[in-house]
Amino acid sequence: MLLEVKNLNTYYGDSHVLQDMSLSVNDGEIVALLGRNGMGKSTTLKSIIGLVKPKSGKVIYQGKDLTGGHPFKVVREGIGYVPEDRRIFPNLSVFDNLKMGIKSGKAGQKASKSQWDLDRIYKHFPVLKERSAQRGSTLSGGEQQMLAIGRTLMGSPDLLLVDEPTEGLSPHFVKEVRDVLEEINKAGVSILLVEHNLKVAMSLANRVYLMGKAHLGFSGTVEELNDNPEIRAKYLEV
Amino acid sequence: MDATMAMYVAQGLHGLAYGMLLFLVASGLTLIFGMMGILTLAHAAFFMLAAYFGFQVLQITQNFWMALIVAPVAVGILGVLCERFLIRKAHVMGHIGELILTVGVALVIMDAVKAIWGTESLYLKVPEYLQGLVSIGGLEYPIYRLFIIGMALLLLIILALILYKTRLGLIVRAAVSDADMVNALGVNVPLVFMLVFGVGTWMAGVAGVAIAPILTVFPGLADQMGMDAYIIVVVGGFGSLSGAFLVSIIFGLLSSYGVQFISQLAPVLMFIFMAIVLIIKPAGIFGERED
Repeated sequence: MLLEVKNLNTYYGDSHVLQDMSLSVNDGEIVALLGRNGMGKSTTLKSIIGLVKPKSGKVIYQGKDLTGGHPFKVVREGIGYVPEDRRIFPNLSVFDNLKMGIKSGKAGQKASKSQWDLDRIYKHFPVLKERSAQRGSTLSGGEQQMLAIGRTLMGSPDLLLVDEPTEGLSPHFVKEVRDVLEEINKAGVSILLVEHNLKVAMSLANRVYLMGKAHLGFSGTVEELNDNPEIRAKYLEV
Repeated sequence: MDATMAMYVAQGLHGLAYGMLLFLVASGLTLIFGMMGILTLAHAAFFMLAAYFGFQVLQITQNFWMALIVAPVAVGILGVLCERFLIRKAHVMGHIGELILTVGVALVIMDAVKAIWGTESLYLKVPEYLQGLVSIGGLEYPIYRLFIIGMALLLLIILALILYKTRLGLIVRAAVSDADMVNALGVNVPLVFMLVFGVGTWMAGVAGVAIAPILTVFPGLADQMGMDAYIIVVVGGFGSLSGAFLVSIIFGLLSSYGVQFISQLAPVLMFIFMAIVLIIKPAGIFGERED
């Protein structure tokens, strides 16, 4: 098992936003974390990466306990994080944004299943090469999403946490982002995906977790979810 | 050069020298704010403390260059310790906690300075070859102020090279816009914070020692320069180095030409300038963030 999250409990002030959340990602898998807005999907990713400190529970990655560690330490272990709102550095060029993803020192030399560098990123995202000198803020939403994914890949992660990558994108870019995630996975990167576009999620994922309010509601394969309209209605339909 | 022209040029150079020193103080302040989200109110106190350290080092070594090198470094180290052991601990209390803490640090420095060196003005003597006037095209101008302009310019160029040509500079520029994201890309952001805090206080320290021979060393030094530096950060745009540079120079020139032409209004000129800028651009000239 690559990632194991066990009974995470996270609070924002007094509000208990993750209650005994557990999930796992196996090597090579794409796992989708689905649910309506405000159920705690993004908080789950943030608690794994360390941007939010869980009060209890465990985050085990490749057998190592990373619970509540600094984000930079978690990332150096081989987890990459692509945040919900992309968080491109608006004042830096596309090229500099990508360079920010490179890990320096020992973490940069750590072997990973899928090594990425600028050439490989440009091959997968030709638009970033065309726009390499432009400021990040001048890119369209879809291009910014490509940049956010490319920037994280520059650190050659073994596991990618991707938060709502198709949100607010045109149908053309939704398909591009979907295809890119599939290619990245084929290149050896496991993915934990938070996605509101059910079609995209179901077409990519091997397994699915559904979140109810702050807790896990269902877990199973895509086929199991497809065969279970009641569960779908309970956790996904508005 | 005729006498009137010479006077204009001399006032311009005065303004430039003061503006450059303002920039040395304001640049650290704006970088710290951009990265850490706090306007450290201890910054001006560190600036003043460096002037006192400079005085002390000069007393002991009789060497101005030692004062100019050792005192800012000592203050920079204090800045690092302050970030590492005080501000970082207060981080859990949010920005208000950090802000109040920096006020506390400023008060402690103020009172410590009075207790150790008293409240009298102290004089910092520069070497003979930096004293007196130099003649440039018929203009007699103090050598020491030219030295200040040159030194500040040199520091500015080094700072710019680091910020725009090195990986560390790239990280700092990225962290100014989104430190959490930089952290989530695998960069040891707490270490970078500490470094920036140290370099910021070091630069304020250089300005403190450099200005001491002109203004003398006294506890009120922090108020005089501090207020200007804080206004510069606001008007230039929080976190913007180019904004801080532009406004520092404008303020320097406003204060020197203001004294010459409309001396009664001179003290409020920069407030008027601030009001006009903030009405047109509430986030400051190059400011992007509104939070």
